Amino acid sequence: MLTRLISGDRPRSIVLTIILLAILIGLALAPFLFPGIRSLETAARICIFIVLVASYDLMLGYGGIVSFAHTMFFGMGAYGVALASVHMGRGFDALIVGTLAGAVAAAVLALLIGLFSLRVRAIFFAMITLAVASAVAVLVSQLSSLTGGEDGLNYQIPRALTPAFKFADGRLFDVSLNGKLLNYYLVFFSALILFLLLLRIVNSPFGRVLQAIRENDFRAEAIGYRVVYYRTAATCISAAVAAIAGSLFAIWLRYVGPDTTLSFEIMIDILLMVVIGGMGTMYGAVIGAAVFIIAQNYLQELMAVAASATAKVPVLPLFFDPDRWLLWLGVLFVLSVYFFPTGIVGRLRQGR
Amino acid sequence: MTAAPDHAPTITGLSTWQRMQRHLPLLLVPLLVVVGYLAIPATSSWLTLTVSGLAMGMMIFIMASGLTLVFGLMDVINFGHGAFISVGAFVGVSILLALGSLTGAPSLALNIAAVLVAVAGAMAATAVMGWIFERVIVKPVYGAHLKQILVTMGGLIIVEQLILIVWGPDEIFFSRPEMLKGAITFAGAAIEKYRLLAVGFGLVLFLAMIWVLRSTKIGLIVRAGVQNGEMVEALGYRLRIVFVAVFIAGSALAGLGGVMWALYQEVITAHMGQEMMVLVFIVVIIGGLGSVEGCFIGALLVGLLQNYVGFIEPKVALISNIGLLVLILMWRPQGMLPVVKAK
Repeated sequence: MLTRLISGDRPRSIVLTIILLAILIGLALAPFLFPGIRSLETAARICIFIVLVASYDLMLGYGGIVSFAHTMFFGMGAYGVALASVHMGRGFDALIVGTLAGAVAAAVLALLIGLFSLRVRAIFFAMITLAVASAVAVLVSQLSSLTGGEDGLNYQIPRALTPAFKFADGRLFDVSLNGKLLNYYLVFFSALILFLLLLRIVNSPFGRVLQAIRENDFRAEAIGYRVVYYRTAATCISAAVAAIAGSLFAIWLRYVGPDTTLSFEIMIDILLMVVIGGMGTMYGAVIGAAVFIIAQNYLQELMAVAASATAKVPVLPLFFDPDRWLLWLGVLFVLSVYFFPTGIVGRLRQGR
Repeated sequence: MTAAPDHAPTITGLSTWQRMQRHLPLLLVPLLVVVGYLAIPATSSWLTLTVSGLAMGMMIFIMASGLTLVFGLMDVINFGHGAFISVGAFVGVSILLALGSLTGAPSLALNIAAVLVAVAGAMAATAVMGWIFERVIVKPVYGAHLKQILVTMGGLIIVEQLILIVWGPDEIFFSRPEMLKGAITFAGAAIEKYRLLAVGFGLVLFLAMIWVLRSTKIGLIVRAGVQNGEMVEALGYRLRIVFVAVFIAGSALAGLGGVMWALYQEVITAHMGQEMMVLVFIVVIIGGLGSVEGCFIGALLVGLLQNYVGFIEPKVALISNIGLLVLILMWRPQGMLPVVKAK
């Protein structure tokens, strides 16, 4: 039963199993284990990014396609929910319509980009997605009448998902039973289902063909698989899942803006999570997202400490300025691509 | 036993039309200029826009040419190319600011001298940086596109952050040298002097590059290397060294483009390279990866289109380049002037 649920793709390492279980339990019981607004925010963020990173890994790790437009798809889902909520008023129908519209739009756009670039050269895809994503990001910040521009959009979600709504009196383990809790579990279970779905996809014959294409596209074509078709399909699935992750993010935050959904920094974060966790395995996304987001929350504080500790040394504090954390992430990224191309998961499986 | 079937081979050369077809994209630039003339009501604004479009195109070409050659020669796709643009701009502008006495003097010769010094400094800096980048970042990942894209992107992030550390987080505003300010009036159109200079300079550089590629030994090796690297190596040339040289030259050109772009915009930010990379990639793709001429045509198209559309409908300008990309790829999926690769 359990093996079936994870599509027969076992972690294949005891340490990995324990870490994954810890993350699963930690996220499932987050509101009770780690009370407090900030830790709940972190937990929801981890859930959403696990899906986002896993969908990216479907493209990068399984399909061998580099895309720089994943935040664009993420943002399309988020803006779908936001626009639907603004124009249709608060209600679950707006959320559903927005999510579906965002996912369909993302898949269609991915199909178009894929057909244009993948049929020629897979490498075109990376460049074209970069161009399209930056154009869309600029467009969103320019069309302020529709998207709210740089300020983004604030909107209301159904009352049942807000802290003001109490579905039961009293408290459970000292946690008030309000809409925020429901909202968190909406995010958590949606993320869990989406993740299991992705796991199912990569372990299906379709996923095997993708891996074959990644290893040797020429040979896969020779065996009789239409490489362009498979690559484009992977892109579309990935885009649609990313859009749904974006919708969850929008439902959780009750705000969308270019910085939180479309910025290039998020794209870099996704790349880092995939590489750190391990490309080509869905579990890498779980570990990558969890480790990275927790680290990100504390890295800047750590750097501030380092900066004040080295304050007397010339030049050095500049490198530890909390604003320069992207520098260290960049270094980490390059080093991990060189030395740990299989990421944490690959390491753990090797050490079995 | 039956007789062999009749065999009457005919040898026909390609018709003139077929031979011309390959060079059809050359017509696109004049075509776009004419379309622009028809679409824009006032001749004077059309002239202004054409000159600034050409100037922009020339600068994009200078930035993109190195990238396309590096790809053609070694199949290396460098997403970190934008870093050289930014570094070139920052080094060049720093030199210009330091040479305040030269740039402030109302003498064209002194101003040009200051700009030349700045350009030389920027190109030297980016050349050295290109060499280091090639050694440290690119060399370990030959032959693996996926890793190349990831690692060079990481390199871009690191360099951008280093710029922020060295020059501080704020954007730097500055003004052009005294004699390059202002505009001249021609046929009722105000044309900025600097843009004319940029067009002239870009054209000279393009012709020089074509001359080097077509008429010198090193150009021959580079072109042959783009078409069939293995064969060139079999003939005894060490393509690796040629490649490093092209990489360094391409980086220096990106630095030059960065300085020119900085002088055009009169403001520099650490992200400018990354922003320019979007246009550079579009140009390189529509030109045909590895083709310098295609890159030149593509750059002019992008520059002109951006200016025309920006004048007619500013908000569409952002996606006009994507539209151009789509149209060109529908027409020629490999780009306008694809390099014929020996299989």
